[in-house]
Amino acid sequence: MKPVLLDVAGLSTTFPTGRGPLIALDDVSLSLDRGRTLGLVGESGSGKTVLARSIMGLLPAHAHRQGHVWFEGQDLAALSPRDLRDIWGREIAMVFQDPMTSLNPVMKVGRQITESLRHHLRMGKDEARTAAVDLLDSVGIPEPKRRADEYPHQLSGGMRQRVTIAIALACWPKLLLADEPTTALDVTVQSQILDLLQAKQAERSMAMILVTHDLGVVAGRTNEIAVMYAGRIVERADTATLFAETRMPYTESLLASIPRVERPSHTRLQAIAGRPPDLVTRPGGCRFAPRCPYAQPRCAEEEPPLLPAPTPGHTFACWYPVGTPAGDEALARNTASNEASNKAADRAADGR
Amino acid sequence: MNARYLGRKVLLLVPVLFAVSALSFLLLNLLPGDPAIAILGPSATEQSVAALRHDLDLDQPLPVRYVRWMGHTVTGDLGRSYVSNQPTVEAVRQRLPVTLELLLLSQLLALALAIPLALLAASKPNGLLDRASTSTAFAFLAIPNFMLGVLLIYLFAVRVHLFPATGYTPFHDHPIENLRAMALPAVTLGVAELAVYLRLLRSDLIATLQQDYITMAQAKGMSRNHILLRHALRPSAFSLVTAAGLNLGRLIGGAFVVEYLFALPGIGSLTVESIFKRDYIVVQGTVLLVAVGYVLANFAVDVLYGVLDPRVRHARATA
Repeated sequence: MKPVLLDVAGLSTTFPTGRGPLIALDDVSLSLDRGRTLGLVGESGSGKTVLARSIMGLLPAHAHRQGHVWFEGQDLAALSPRDLRDIWGREIAMVFQDPMTSLNPVMKVGRQITESLRHHLRMGKDEARTAAVDLLDSVGIPEPKRRADEYPHQLSGGMRQRVTIAIALACWPKLLLADEPTTALDVTVQSQILDLLQAKQAERSMAMILVTHDLGVVAGRTNEIAVMYAGRIVERADTATLFAETRMPYTESLLASIPRVERPSHTRLQAIAGRPPDLVTRPGGCRFAPRCPYAQPRCAEEEPPLLPAPTPGHTFACWYPVGTPAGDEALARNTASNEASNKAADRAADGR
Repeated sequence: MNARYLGRKVLLLVPVLFAVSALSFLLLNLLPGDPAIAILGPSATEQSVAALRHDLDLDQPLPVRYVRWMGHTVTGDLGRSYVSNQPTVEAVRQRLPVTLELLLLSQLLALALAIPLALLAASKPNGLLDRASTSTAFAFLAIPNFMLGVLLIYLFAVRVHLFPATGYTPFHDHPIENLRAMALPAVTLGVAELAVYLRLLRSDLIATLQQDYITMAQAKGMSRNHILLRHALRPSAFSLVTAAGLNLGRLIGGAFVVEYLFALPGIGSLTVESIFKRDYIVVQGTVLLVAVGYVLANFAVDVLYGVLDPRVRHARATA
């Protein structure tokens, strides 16, 4: 039997800082099979991008990575930079966040595609050129022949992101890492780019990890979703399960912050109070506890492990999960004590 | 490179060249003292001074003199030396090859070493090579030209007889002797430029290597050398091109100290000799040469910006 396409085991990445090591990624494990899509969701600074980069091994020199990244049974973490370069672009490709900065400004668009083709697939000059024009055509760029001879600054943002997708797809990778591919784009272009990625993924039955801070983006487009918080995966499930049986309060908060069409207009969006924890001086216990409406004394003391839920494939890390008796009770207790303290505050204000 | 872009640049060059010529003409007219007296000496009679003043057009108003001088200049006549009676154009023509060769050799040497060293240093900032090349570069920058020249003469001409200490052999007479004579001056002149180029290119490369498109090229599986040469070098070359262009303009006027030290008959030594002899006509010619050299070198730099970065080209062509 073929090994699973991607199996990440105990992956941690730390960056040394003046104040001590910053643990950007803390003991993350996940696996992804061929042709499947995984949405990686979380706030800024939750470690999504670091996870995508750590899977590739594309980290700055001072970063320290531990753990294993099994790709088709081969541990990428153990490969030399030279061997890794044969994987990058060829087996695993990446689409970056900002197409304004991720294309080389002094190189023609066509050249930026053909260089991978010539390097990895050993294509000749003319063959690569034809393939590049076909690729530009396939990602929906009009007049691909003319566009291939243009420089990035002559293209719009959406066009540029189409070009970076063409570059990523050039060598038929088995895994595509799309790191917030629409964050830097106009809203009108965002869904076009996501549709394009989805179409290409299905057409090539390629596996894809779609990194985003927007649960709405991954809702209809991925098989599975992993929610990250402060460098850890806190909940993971099939997309439908995650939305139907949300267990982790952080996921619930993220869901509450998506605008919904079916809600009455002028419904307030729920922002998540507070800020993600400092990853250098992180307190013990559950990382979300300080912002969590369900938090109990236990949450500040013990970190909940990522444990399986009754539904197969669903895991979450929470002592008082949403939608369970324990969770309901915790929420009720917090609401009651909040009301009590509010009343006390009101009385104090009246008394003055 | 499109023709329209180049055409605009060339058109802009014409008024600049005129302004430069007018300024260099004016500059020499601002010098104190009467050139005629300076040429003839303090014992000259009043009649002979008046005759020379008339000869030199010095009795005419300044605008008239400028127009006449300009008329001669555009027809290739820069007047005659009052010391040797040699036409200035002839003197410059004799001296220019020496200066140009020195310029070319020293710049080639500096660039040929600075570019690969900067690439290596930038690919591993604060690595052994980076730190070694940085400290060496600063050491070379700190040594004045004349010191280094004397040191090189002592080491490679006096102690070990590898190169002649002074003198010049024309290239077409004896190419190998010519190169031997030019080696030490070119090294003396090139080493300080090498240090500057290395530092400029290194720091620009390090900034470029932080760019997203470099990470993207890495993610495509491109090799380190490919990324350095194909992706990073061109967008990092602006400061280098600017500095090299300025040096080019400066060195067309000759490297006075180095030419003097190695007894090379270049434009620099011609200018210095003429100043000492109060050979006002020749000085005027070499000053004009330096000024035009600067303008043309800057023109070349400007065109090169467009070659390096398509955004410059398009912005200017459509502006």
